[in-house]
Amino acid sequence: MIQLLAFYLFAVLTIASGAITILARNPVHSVLWLILAFFNAAGLMLIVGAEFIAMLLVIVYVGAVAVLFLFVVMMLDIDFAELRAGFVKNFPLGIAVALVLLSEMVLGVGAYKAGGLELGTPDGTAAIPAGASNTEAIGALLYGKYLFLFEAAGIILLVAMIGAIVLTHRERSGVRGQNISSQVKRRPEDATVNVKPEIGKGVSL
Amino acid sequence: MIGIEHYVVVSSILFVLGVLGIFLNRKNVIVILMAIELILLAVNINLVAFSAFLGDLTGQVFAMFVLTVAAGEAAVGLAILVMYFRRRGTIAVDDVNRMKG
Repeated sequence: MIQLLAFYLFAVLTIASGAITILARNPVHSVLWLILAFFNAAGLMLIVGAEFIAMLLVIVYVGAVAVLFLFVVMMLDIDFAELRAGFVKNFPLGIAVALVLLSEMVLGVGAYKAGGLELGTPDGTAAIPAGASNTEAIGALLYGKYLFLFEAAGIILLVAMIGAIVLTHRERSGVRGQNISSQVKRRPEDATVNVKPEIGKGVSL
Repeated sequence: MIGIEHYVVVSSILFVLGVLGIFLNRKNVIVILMAIELILLAVNINLVAFSAFLGDLTGQVFAMFVLTVAAGEAAVGLAILVMYFRRRGTIAVDDVNRMKG
């Protein structure tokens, strides 16, 4: 009973906040609704026992991606009203495409319910071992069978990081930077001088 | 009883909402990127649901890779967006074709 309640709560909230994400007037509100959608999707994954992916979703999406979106939305000074100009004009086309897609998917689900195609059964190499927690089982799989894919994922993230830095970095003129080699080359005898002025006289610097 | 069909229905509705978001906000790249995130979230729900109901963890491992690609795509997309805004002072993308050489 409680599972049923939890599923419908998470499902309805996910879909509702997804809908408000694409309809909200203010992109900041969009990002906040997107965060709610991610949280509820994590809940949906949690109740089928995929706790690792659920926590990953909260950490990666809410902690990193959504905050990145929020930064960019707030950093850019944009007239958002102007950007909504084509909203009504595009509405019929968008709804038509969405309905076609949805009917296709309903057809697919109906076909699956009617028995589905002849699918292969899982070969058991990635079956969940008895007694192991979800995280433990995924870890064993990730660092065993899928090790090279895992490394490839790391390389993708590295390339994305370098790409983002290269794209947004800019050399600004007129800014005085630090010249480390000239700092290191400087000796005490170049910088200080020892004078013995007469009494009552000053020193010229 | 909650079956896999319930999950597939939720994820397909979310997917369609993402596609609809791309069509509705044709000018606003930020919302388009968010709609792409919604689509990838729908894909992830699908992968995780099938993985859980079939008792095979491969789907969850793949969901993790989808998550990786989504994070990288958001970072690079937003970087391109910031660069475009610096040059043009707006993020209306219906005339991006001016960027071609």
